[in-house]
Amino acid sequence: MNALDKKLLRDFRRLWAQALAIALVLACGVAILMTTFGMYGALEDTRAAYYERNRFADVFAAANRAPDSILSEIRAIPGVRQAEARVVKHVILNVPGRLETVTGQMISLPETGAPLLNRPVLRSGRLPDPAATGEVAVNAPFAEANGLRPGDSFTANMGGRKRVLTLTGTLLSPEFIYTIGPGAMMPDAETFGILFVPARVADAAFDMQGAFNDVTLKLDPRAPEAQVIDRLDILLDPYGGTGAHGRDSQTSHSFVDAEIEQLRSTAIILPPIFFGITAFLVGMVIGRIIALERAEIGLLKAIGYSDVEICVHYLMLAGLVAVVGTLLGWAVGTWLSGALARLYAQFFDFPYLIYRVAYDAYAISGLLALASAALGAARSALHAARLAPATAMSPPAPPRFSRGLLDRALSRLRLSQPVMMILRSLMRWPVRSGLTTLGLSLAVAVLVASSFFSDALDTILDKAFYQSNRQDAMLLFSPGLRDDALQDVTNLPGVLMAEGQQFQPATLRHGHLEKDTALEARPPGADLSRIVDAAGHVIDAPPGAILLSERLAAHLEARPGDVVAIEFPDGRDEIHHLPVAGLVTQYVGLGAYVDSTTLDRLKRQSPRITAANLLIDDAALPQLHAVLKDTPELSGLVMLTRMRRSFEDTIRRNVTTMTTVYISIAMLITVGVAYNGARIQLSERARELASLRILGFTRGEVSFVLIGETMLLALLAQPLGWALGGVIASALARGSASDLYSVPLVLEPAGFARASLVVLAASLGAALLVRRRLDRLDLVAVMKTRE
Amino acid sequence: MSAPAAAPETMFRTEGLTKVYDSGLTKVHALAGVDLELYGGELSVLLGPSGSGKSTLLNILGGLDHASAGHVWFRDLELTGLGDRGLTRYRRDHVGFVFQFYNLVASLTARENVQLVTDVARDPMSPDEALEQVGLGSRMDHFPAEMSGGEQQRVAIARAIAKRPEVLLCDEPTGALDSKTGVQVLEALRDINERLGTTTAVITHNAEIRRMAHRVIWFRDGHIERIETNAERIAPADIHW
Repeated sequence: MNALDKKLLRDFRRLWAQALAIALVLACGVAILMTTFGMYGALEDTRAAYYERNRFADVFAAANRAPDSILSEIRAIPGVRQAEARVVKHVILNVPGRLETVTGQMISLPETGAPLLNRPVLRSGRLPDPAATGEVAVNAPFAEANGLRPGDSFTANMGGRKRVLTLTGTLLSPEFIYTIGPGAMMPDAETFGILFVPARVADAAFDMQGAFNDVTLKLDPRAPEAQVIDRLDILLDPYGGTGAHGRDSQTSHSFVDAEIEQLRSTAIILPPIFFGITAFLVGMVIGRIIALERAEIGLLKAIGYSDVEICVHYLMLAGLVAVVGTLLGWAVGTWLSGALARLYAQFFDFPYLIYRVAYDAYAISGLLALASAALGAARSALHAARLAPATAMSPPAPPRFSRGLLDRALSRLRLSQPVMMILRSLMRWPVRSGLTTLGLSLAVAVLVASSFFSDALDTILDKAFYQSNRQDAMLLFSPGLRDDALQDVTNLPGVLMAEGQQFQPATLRHGHLEKDTALEARPPGADLSRIVDAAGHVIDAPPGAILLSERLAAHLEARPGDVVAIEFPDGRDEIHHLPVAGLVTQYVGLGAYVDSTTLDRLKRQSPRITAANLLIDDAALPQLHAVLKDTPELSGLVMLTRMRRSFEDTIRRNVTTMTTVYISIAMLITVGVAYNGARIQLSERARELASLRILGFTRGEVSFVLIGETMLLALLAQPLGWALGGVIASALARGSASDLYSVPLVLEPAGFARASLVVLAASLGAALLVRRRLDRLDLVAVMKTRE
Repeated sequence: MSAPAAAPETMFRTEGLTKVYDSGLTKVHALAGVDLELYGGELSVLLGPSGSGKSTLLNILGGLDHASAGHVWFRDLELTGLGDRGLTRYRRDHVGFVFQFYNLVASLTARENVQLVTDVARDPMSPDEALEQVGLGSRMDHFPAEMSGGEQQRVAIARAIAKRPEVLLCDEPTGALDSKTGVQVLEALRDINERLGTTTAVITHNAEIRRMAHRVIWFRDGHIERIETNAERIAPADIHW
């Protein structure tokens, strides 16, 4: 090893504390980038491979009852490569050992056995025998959550007829990577399952011989999807087609999309912060080292080392920091990716996760780490390279303190000398002070942004569960019941109160913009499921008008007073026009609300309900479930109490983990910035501070200069950090918005206060660490050292 | 103790060498047209008050600094015509430096400090040999902080001679040392000069040291005031201050 390399390694060892502080900050950036980027790739690749191998359909459509004969016409639509018809129905299940009513989505399997499109992956057992009448396969998570194994049986209420079904196998389907029941906000494998039964069973149970109510299409790679959808709609229209759609509106697909998008926005927004801080810290530390080694640099040049060799020497010091940071980041990132993959396994049902060791994630994060360290060191290293050898060996000129306007103003304040020393130093190195402040403010910002997420979730939760949906349970009926059925619901055991509601799929248009959504209708004065406006007031949709959720209105570019066109996919080809009466703040879904009389009038139907909201006496739950399990009209059941609890549990768990992670990150940033800042100050001011001690200042008074400057910068960083935190939070909020949900920008004072407390405390801790060195300062040795 | 052989080779030649430091408000003529020749194998001492131009001349001869006007030749190579890259090459191949404050790298041992040079030189001696030459064979693995000033300066000399330079330029090599250790350093310098024939130029404030030189060059206000040739040189051991 040559002597210059030995110097490099020894310098690095001497600087270990500072280098580690920087490396930890860098490691955060590397780990986050690697994890988000790696998982982004993993999710996308896995989904793509899964879709490809299992022939996930491109277009989906449902109807009431379409004859099989129409299938050949569908197949003849230009661009359609394959079309597969099936029967899809909601069923009520009675799973042994489970008190609650379980709902399921039943899908018929073709006569030939396995479907051609959306081919399931068997996890255990086999598919039902096409000729058997009592066999079923279910999605694996449902079987697991309910302890069902091949050979076990349960009862299904199919169209009013109870059947005992025996499980032949468990499977996963590309249609159900994210499996969420109707009306639910989170997957719940215990109470919602996917059932695959032979076509003859489904046909018999729902009178669908020679007919289907669901069709999926595979298109040629370059087929125009929109045109195929239009043709398909026309074909299915007479049979109660509810509107065909592409993958973008397929529930599971769009949830996975939203997650991929969120990973992408996190990968873009967060890591640059860490790389930026690293560049700044490396620049600060290398700059100081070069200042200290001025004479050595002159000597190296005198000996004959070239500018390039010297430049590279200091860049390599930065490179070592980057290498340590990268290795730490890779280790943490690998672990974090595993943890995230396990988390995804909880929510997403993939048969496999293609987490090929993402070499590109390692390579990109490592290269960016090296680049940011090199960028930080570049200015100082180039300065070292450019130092003329003769100049380098003479001591640098003392910093020029001049009496500017600000300085004169300060003098008037008659501040103590230590305070003046602090303030002059800030003014003497404004760029460094500014960047230190910026670094600390980013720590504050990270904390503000992280507390934003938990506050936002609290707001979503409060809005969704405590202000809007206050019911204990929601019964769903498809196709719907006459509204006098509500009386029967009220008479169910344990029901204290019942209110009817209607959901009707509809296409809303405004100008050239349109959106498929569900129109929600309730009678005026509904108390269990309410509409709450932006100001928090409970409102009703006025008769003959429509209320839009803000995001839906934004999609349609519709404002109150505008008229939107509404079309129901019921084959009538009628277009209705309603004025927009107002906007509603809603974070989950794209709601559109009308009065129930208005909806009945538009649909030209007698008063109907498709859902009943219930207030339930908990004590009577077992009896209620017992009755519900025998209610064939029921197509779905959402136990909101249960959902609320599991939602809150999940959030609390994740928020605790997230808060811990972000506080650690902010502390790493703070310590990295404050510790290095104070160390450099100490190094620059050792003589000054030692002189003060010799003049009779106490240790406390001398350390006041050191700690005072750090804490003053930390204080200055607070308002900037709050503002930056707001900016990051709003970027994250924007990045998280999808058709499915949006995250409100909620910034609570407590979040700001906590961010400031953590950063101020960590700054103080870092300054106190450096103070210990100050206490150990050898006064005589320091004074003798040649500057 | 004789003068160098007749018709010695001219190692350095300067013509009208001028160096002006321009600080904006004032111009300082550190060198104001210096014409000088230094010969191969010669040990010269440069004397003069602070600011008289000695160090500036030495820096330009050593390729550490650029002249404002005039010419310098090292043998047939015109240094004033070289760019930074050329000067780096020149320093690497031909020149050894010794400074007043040793300028050792604190994080490297004596041997490693010498190795800094042997790593980049064309035909160096081994670091051990260089340290033996200055009598530090037993202190090779010590760090600068573990050595006396005289020892550190001898490491610096070992480092300077390890590349077998044609010229050795010393800027106040004894300036930071007491008389006894200063003499040890001077002995090392004379020894190198005599045994290896290295052209050596020594800047000093200490007029006594002039008595060990072949020639003494007196500086004043950026000019050469006079040049003396010692008919008789004395040994460093006989120098006291």
